Amino acid sequence: MSAAAISGLVVPRAGQSVWLVVFSAAAMGFLAVFVLALATSSAQLARGWEAQLAQTATVRVSAPPEEMEMQTALVMEVLRTTPGIAEARVMEPQEQAALLEVWLGPDLPLDALPMPRLIELRETPQGPDRQGLRLRLSAEAPGAVYDDHTRWRRPLVQAAARLKGVAWGALVLIGGVTCAIIALAASASLASNGQVIKVLRLVGARDRFIASAFVQRISRLALFGAALGTAIAMAALWALPELGGDALGGTAQHMAGIGFQGAGWLLPLLVPPVAMGLAFLASLATAFHVLRGVT
Amino acid sequence: MIVFDGVSHDYGGGALFRDVSLRLEGGSFHFLTGPSGAGKSTLLKLCYGELLPSSGTITLMGQNRRAMTRDQLAEARQRIGVVHQDCQFLDHLTVAQNGGLPMTATGRRLLDADLGDLLVWVGLAEHAEALPPTLSGGERQRAALARAVVAAPSLLLADEPTGNLDWDMSQRLLLLMIELNRMGTAVVIATHDLNLIRFAKAHVNARVLRISARKLTMAGAEL
Repeated sequence: MSAAAISGLVVPRAGQSVWLVVFSAAAMGFLAVFVLALATSSAQLARGWEAQLAQTATVRVSAPPEEMEMQTALVMEVLRTTPGIAEARVMEPQEQAALLEVWLGPDLPLDALPMPRLIELRETPQGPDRQGLRLRLSAEAPGAVYDDHTRWRRPLVQAAARLKGVAWGALVLIGGVTCAIIALAASASLASNGQVIKVLRLVGARDRFIASAFVQRISRLALFGAALGTAIAMAALWALPELGGDALGGTAQHMAGIGFQGAGWLLPLLVPPVAMGLAFLASLATAFHVLRGVT
Repeated sequence: MIVFDGVSHDYGGGALFRDVSLRLEGGSFHFLTGPSGAGKSTLLKLCYGELLPSSGTITLMGQNRRAMTRDQLAEARQRIGVVHQDCQFLDHLTVAQNGGLPMTATGRRLLDADLGDLLVWVGLAEHAEALPPTLSGGERQRAALARAVVAAPSLLLADEPTGNLDWDMSQRLLLLMIELNRMGTAVVIATHDLNLIRFAKAHVNARVLRISARKLTMAGAEL
């Protein structure tokens, strides 16, 4: 039997530390996948909001009722001749009513109120010269206000970026906690296998061999545990949109936003090897530290 | 091979022995006798570096024990076979795997045939795949001896190696140690068994060390 083969056998397979490593690696793997999903979803969300809001704008036309049609026609003409505007559409009164219903309720007599006219714009990727457009509108139709949604877009994108930062921070925290738990488990494993260390020392085994025997066992257990946690988390994420759709109605769209898309599903597969790597480093450091204290 | 120079060892506040000087040369054969609690096992532990002396100097395989790194101590132990009184094993490994441990755990090649021959010699061929906890006291001592000699050590330290064996098996194992000694292995056996010492002296030039009253003296004239 070779040294490598016996190295995989000298540490007993049973023991409390086995369950400690497997369970903690599984829990951390599960959490890591969810946080990874949150991080990637936040990034996608930020990009999505940025792209969606960056290419849309609104022109609000306020005028006395008798001038409203004329002002609207003037604004539409300005928009039609402005480079960077792909499409301009006057919103129907019913659409405007639907937007206000959320805030003012369904029974408000909108017909009796002096409602501004809203024009929805879709911009080209390059977009218009916004300052020039504002000047032209103020000259042609003084009651028209161009709103490129900057006020809304900035906080949303900032919020998404912060969410992404928090998620990456949580991932680092999970890695740190994993290292700490594995170090504790390695320490417990070494302490409970004093007889193994004593016998190996007696036959002339070096610290490197003894440490590698423990590190090998703990790393494999961490890989197994993390793979288990990752698999459960991926299954849960895969099932999440359906759960949201059935149980939460309108919230489903939001719930469906947390997860992976396309090749992004390969990303969680990195969690088990990374967990194994962390377990390797944590248990190696612990093993050498403990062995230094044993004759 | 091992030199004690003015070695003293204290245990639990009291002195176990004082000012012991000793030289174990390659190919020598020593018995270590003395009353229970005199420090025979401690002396053997000092020989393979498990304990450090309270004072004095121990030179182990040419190196000062106090100055040795753990790797250097491991290298020295690869040249020393030890039979413990309590026969420590890895209980989840088979007798054969335990027997081969000094070779496999130190990256040395061990032929199955050689290990098989050794297990036959100590009478454990049929127990090669058994786990140590299933062995009797005598079988465990034989397994411990097999493990101690499998790497053909330069020095064999045996603490009461025949304590649980019948006379026939004791003679057989002693002959194995004598054979190793003839091949150059220095042997130190701690024992109370005077018959064993007499039997050995009939086959090999064995010296008898006696540890008592905190002193190590040469004995044997009366044996």
